[in-house]
Amino acid sequence: MTTNTPQAAQANSPLVKKRGLRELLERGMNVLFFLCGLVAVAFVLFITVYLIISGLPAIQEIGLKDFLFGTKWASTAKEPEFGILPFILTSVYGTAGAMFFGVPIGFLTAVFLAKLAHPRVAAVIRTAVDLLAGIPSVVYGLIGMTVLVPAIRVAFGLSSGATLFAAMIVLAVMILPSIISVSETALKAVPKEYEEASLALGATEIETYFRVSVPAASSGIAAAVVLGIGRAIGEAMAIMMVAGNVPNMPSLFKSVRFLTTAIASEMSYASYGSLQRNALFSIALVLFLFIMLINVLLNTLLKRKKNK
Amino acid sequence: MKKVSALILSLALCVGLLAGCGAPAATQSPSQSPAGSPAGGSAALTGKVVTNGSTSMEKVIGALIEQFKTVQPGVTVTYDPTGSGTGVEAAKNGTADIGLASRALKDAEKDGGLTETVIAKDGIAIVVNPANGVEDLTVEQIARIARGEIANWSEVGGGDAEIAFIGREAGSGTRGAFEEITETADVCVYSQELTSTGAVVTAVATTPGAIGYVSLSSVDDTVKALKVAGVAPSEATVLDGTYAIQRPFVFATKTDEPLSEAAQAFYDFAMDSANAELYAAAGVVPAAN
Repeated sequence: MTTNTPQAAQANSPLVKKRGLRELLERGMNVLFFLCGLVAVAFVLFITVYLIISGLPAIQEIGLKDFLFGTKWASTAKEPEFGILPFILTSVYGTAGAMFFGVPIGFLTAVFLAKLAHPRVAAVIRTAVDLLAGIPSVVYGLIGMTVLVPAIRVAFGLSSGATLFAAMIVLAVMILPSIISVSETALKAVPKEYEEASLALGATEIETYFRVSVPAASSGIAAAVVLGIGRAIGEAMAIMMVAGNVPNMPSLFKSVRFLTTAIASEMSYASYGSLQRNALFSIALVLFLFIMLINVLLNTLLKRKKNK
Repeated sequence: MKKVSALILSLALCVGLLAGCGAPAATQSPSQSPAGSPAGGSAALTGKVVTNGSTSMEKVIGALIEQFKTVQPGVTVTYDPTGSGTGVEAAKNGTADIGLASRALKDAEKDGGLTETVIAKDGIAIVVNPANGVEDLTVEQIARIARGEIANWSEVGGGDAEIAFIGREAGSGTRGAFEEITETADVCVYSQELTSTGAVVTAVATTPGAIGYVSLSSVDDTVKALKVAGVAPSEATVLDGTYAIQRPFVFATKTDEPLSEAAQAFYDFAMDSANAELYAAAGVVPAAN
């Protein structure tokens, strides 16, 4: 690159001049793209550093053990307590529940779309799934609050339907699109020869899909599940509207608070520099670590798929 | 020809627009200066007013400060949300011109040289689902419901249904006021903690066994506001003190030391009945009427 510059300067013919200009433009653009690429890296670094810096003081003050394993959260009480075990467990249970309802439906839909469905039927379902992915989470929350929560109250004879169960159902619906589309892509990438060989050996279609296609696409399907977990654990708005937000230890028909909603519901009132506000940042740090863990898991799954 | 007439027409319209603008402005400017001058003594003041205290008064004080700025742009009013106790203390030791308290001053504080001026009253309505047969509860019953000691409506004269107590998140001014008045701070057993008044109203409206608290101004037709000890909540019953679940918003000032000119102007501005709608917008009942 550097050797070109004196040459371009020496040349006098318009053609060479033009080429020099183009080269300059080319290099300028390269730098521009590089800077754009840096933006994402810079933000990730900034957020990581910021969370660590603002999240650690409260953990130090409260004590790591009391913070992570304390079962009581009373941030504005006279003698405040900052135990986030209820939030951690709620997030874990809630996500597990969403998987319990969402994964079977999503996985079977993906098999249906990739292998069994008539192309026209598949097109309609695929459009519906894409639309489901595009609905803003606040709309899920609103409908959950006005339809699902009263329905759960009536169905289970509770005094209030805003429960962990309601949050699980909402999350299960919200993660369907990512599970379906990623698993479908994985299933479609299975080489036709595998299936043809199986069919030729006398297996039925369903046997072939579940004994041959699904195992061949297993790492892709696992990646879809992990992606769903990531989406479920990071969701705040929708579950804030259906889960009731009381910092109870989780139980299926009790009002609960997730890691995300714990931050969102108290941030607006926590005064600047107070232990309460710092503790909210510490919760954010814990949540961030969870998400990181899930991302690492996802990356290893995808890498394994590539190595195959 | 058409073009010219269109041009003339639009020009005429523009002139009409300007004329319409000019007229009220001309009548407004003389009427504004006499309104400003009796409040402060002189038309334009400069200086700084320090207020300090109750976090629940944030909305009211914020609205007052913002509006006061348009009347007296030379005066800076600061507000430090520290808590009623700190605010009263600050007024006493002189670090604040006006101390803000969301409770009546204690006798000891009055004897210590402070005067209280109630600028507004904050009424909290206890709302239930319209289908609920209960019409009237005492403060004690409400407190016991909040603590979870009463868990079924049949215990307070309603049908056999479990009570769902719906409140606000920690830190909310309404929650603070409710728990303070009913003396249930830190011991409430909630079945939902929602992050806005609107969410509480919606949840109560859709849950037959629900009871919740919202500021008086947010009660609408979808929920039923209960009488408390026989008194229905309204601006009138909050103002005359018969409705029990309410608290005063108080300015604490030194009894024997006059306020600075700027502070006096802010004080008069807050007490001016012309600014009543600022209070209404913040969801409280103004004391000056």
